[in-house]
Amino acid sequence: MNEFLQQLINGLSLGAVYALIALGYTMVYGVLRFINFAHGDVFMVGAFSGMYFGRWLKPFAAAWPEWLFASVVLLGSMLFCAVLGIVIERLAYKPLRERPRLTVLITAIGVSLLLEYAGQLVFGAAPRGFPSLITSTSISGLGGLQASNIQLIVLVVTSLLLLGLHLIVMRSRLGLAMRALSLNPTAARLMGVNTNVVISFTFGLGSALAAAGAVFYASLYQAIDPFMGVLPGMKAFVAAVLGGVGSLPGAMVGGLILGVVETLVVGYSKLLGIPPGYRDAVAFVILILILLFKPSGLFGKTQREKV
Amino acid sequence: MGPRFLLLLSIAAVSLVSFLFTGHPQASWPLGQMDDYLLNILILAGINVILAVSLNIVNGHTGQFSLGHAGFMAVGAYGSATLTQINSKACLASLAFLGNAAPLGLFVLSLLAGGVLAALAGLAVGLPSLRLKGDYLAIVTLGFGEIIRVMIQNTEALGGARGLAGIPSQTSLGWTWGVSLLSIYCVGSLVNSTYGRGFLAVRDDEIAAEAMGVNTTRYKVTAFVVGAFFAGLAGALYAHFIGYITPEGFSFLKSVDVVVMVILGGMGSTAGVTVAAIALTFLNEALREAEQYRMVAFALLLIILMITRPQGLLGGLGRWLPGKGGKS
Amino acid sequence: MSELLRLEKVTVRFGGLVAVSEVDFHVAEGELVGLIGPNGAGKTTLFNLVTGVYTPTTGRICLGGREVDGLNSSEITGMGVARTFQNIRLFNSLSVLDNVIAAFNLHLESGFFGALWRGAAFRAQEAQIQEEAMALLEIFGLREAAHTPCRSLPYGDQRRLEIVRALATRPKLLLLDEPAAGMNPTEKIELMRLIRFTQERFKLAVLLVEHDMKVVMGICERIAVLEYGRKIAEGTPTEIQKDKRVIAAYLGEEVADA
Repeated sequence: MNEFLQQLINGLSLGAVYALIALGYTMVYGVLRFINFAHGDVFMVGAFSGMYFGRWLKPFAAAWPEWLFASVVLLGSMLFCAVLGIVIERLAYKPLRERPRLTVLITAIGVSLLLEYAGQLVFGAAPRGFPSLITSTSISGLGGLQASNIQLIVLVVTSLLLLGLHLIVMRSRLGLAMRALSLNPTAARLMGVNTNVVISFTFGLGSALAAAGAVFYASLYQAIDPFMGVLPGMKAFVAAVLGGVGSLPGAMVGGLILGVVETLVVGYSKLLGIPPGYRDAVAFVILILILLFKPSGLFGKTQREKV
Repeated sequence: MGPRFLLLLSIAAVSLVSFLFTGHPQASWPLGQMDDYLLNILILAGINVILAVSLNIVNGHTGQFSLGHAGFMAVGAYGSATLTQINSKACLASLAFLGNAAPLGLFVLSLLAGGVLAALAGLAVGLPSLRLKGDYLAIVTLGFGEIIRVMIQNTEALGGARGLAGIPSQTSLGWTWGVSLLSIYCVGSLVNSTYGRGFLAVRDDEIAAEAMGVNTTRYKVTAFVVGAFFAGLAGALYAHFIGYITPEGFSFLKSVDVVVMVILGGMGSTAGVTVAAIALTFLNEALREAEQYRMVAFALLLIILMITRPQGLLGGLGRWLPGKGGKS
Repeated sequence: MSELLRLEKVTVRFGGLVAVSEVDFHVAEGELVGLIGPNGAGKTTLFNLVTGVYTPTTGRICLGGREVDGLNSSEITGMGVARTFQNIRLFNSLSVLDNVIAAFNLHLESGFFGALWRGAAFRAQEAQIQEEAMALLEIFGLREAAHTPCRSLPYGDQRRLEIVRALATRPKLLLLDEPAAGMNPTEKIELMRLIRFTQERFKLAVLLVEHDMKVVMGICERIAVLEYGRKIAEGTPTEIQKDKRVIAAYLGEEVADA
């Protein structure tokens, strides 16, 4: 039982990262109806921007309390990626608004490759160490349960970010416009919603969340490289599909479920008879199962093609 | 010039070339040695042509978007190497009746085995993926490709993550281009027939295709199986060319490579895709010095191409085989 | 005359919306039946039900006495039902001729391996299909345009091509969804003459959805009227013209306008 709870904590902190990335997929899908393949690579840029910004800031922040330093790095990286997301949308996707979805998908693959290989040029191909923003300590809980403070901080800050997102989407004017656009683009436009602004805002918001996920991920696992976004990106996409693409609560729940399931499969690999090396296949098996049995996901709505 | 004539001509050409360049890597040109470097690039180009033409029947002609081609290639590569490397002694022994030709016989058998295994994998991927379209299908095929890779990585008998070395180098220029021409002929012939109009109908409008009696399910699965079969052959040829295969070599990025060839060549144009596969192979070699910049340039090219010329650089180059009107 | 198509208490719901409700209806061999009703009455939905695009929530649909529940569209087409689409769905990247050839799919004797081997039987079949397709195009005045891309055809010709394509599947029952939409009166008269002609020549039953009352009244032997997914009347053109419910629901406005 203890071991199970232990795995659950590990799974939830990983799941929180997936959830943060998955939200970006889902929001973009909501307003533009396409899968932003490059989202995982924005996540990667988030990790590197966090690393560089953290290193640059360190000498100035010697006297700061640790939490302030970590927060500033987190926000800086989020801001950088928000801008990056908006720029990507403006340059690569905006010219393709009325084109077939496949064209946009291929473009997104292009953007993804561009970020990865440009990343390789700029950052180098070898994995880099991520500076520790918060001194890692181990916290013992009831019954010998162990968790690192970073895991707990990740869970708490993720909850705060999700709360913030909820407020933005449900209470702000832009959030309202975003929801209108995803319900009915034509009607939203006729009602005076400025589509371009809303789409930019959506990309900015999604990319910022991915960057937060990246800083958490890098703090948890410490090594970062230009291709680090590929797998978490794909897994977060699976999380979005699991929750129902287009549904914000779906993306959160999907991310957490995926993180937990993946961790449990590895943790209990002997018991399940699945070698731990299959860790990366778990998400895809889940994806195929959902798409076969409940393509609309846990919280999604089914859509019918008009004939 | 009928397509059957074209096939005969291809076979003749290939036999001639195979005769001129016997064996690998010491290919002998009647007028001296052919440049090894050029020979290697030509073989790689042939393998890429097979990959691109076979992906084209799925992505181009049938309008499905698969991102898992490298997975089928891996099945072919490992499937064939199982015969010629892992179990080579037993296999050669059972082919002893062929005498000196036993290694060649085993090579041919292993190619076929690679193709058939990959075709079965194609069936396994095609069937459950049918309900999906566009970007969803892309992700699921990508997922399947990754699952195949992870499975190989975790199978000790196949060398696991270390890979498999010591695969006999039997792939020659003749074999490669023979299979290339065969793939071009097969895909071209299939598409250029009343039967093959079904693939194009599925691509253009699935609902209308069904209403006209085209069984869209069967066509999609057929496209996947044919595509995977040739990808498997390509994988087998590649394994016996390079001699050393790792699961990493068949990652998602390899699939993207092939997708780029198909897109540059123009989806649905066999001729365009063939030219693009050859051109990109040579370009890759030419840019080997500037390896780091190469992929950045490709990525940019892909984006700019989609924005300015989505039908591909070579799209509308014309049809490969003579026949009835229409784009193939 | 034996019965081709029968609908028994067919209902289909999309979420909360009842698109077609408890419709009983039939078409016999060789009949030309009209299906009318205001926009959104469920006419196209009825077509989609018959052709297997949608499955009825309750009720039965039978073709030639056999229930079609659970069959694919292509299997239903194989049972002799062909259709056109209200919002034209041609195979846009294909030529006019290839659009028709694609619809011969059901009647291929040499398929996958034939196309690979390209033997004598295959070539004979291809030649015959091409000839048949050309003959069909000829009837509808599209022969000259056979090798042009179908996208470049004028709107009216695209509608005609849809009919040709449907005929290529060799149907017993042809469902036409507003085939004359967007045509001028002369073109409409010409099209109706053609529909009559093909109906007799290929011994077809035709189910016709059309907005233009004059057209429907002039050509159909029997007319069914849908409103809000329900069948509110059925009978000969004269009966329909006199039917109070129909006049109230639908013709009323038209008669008043005329």
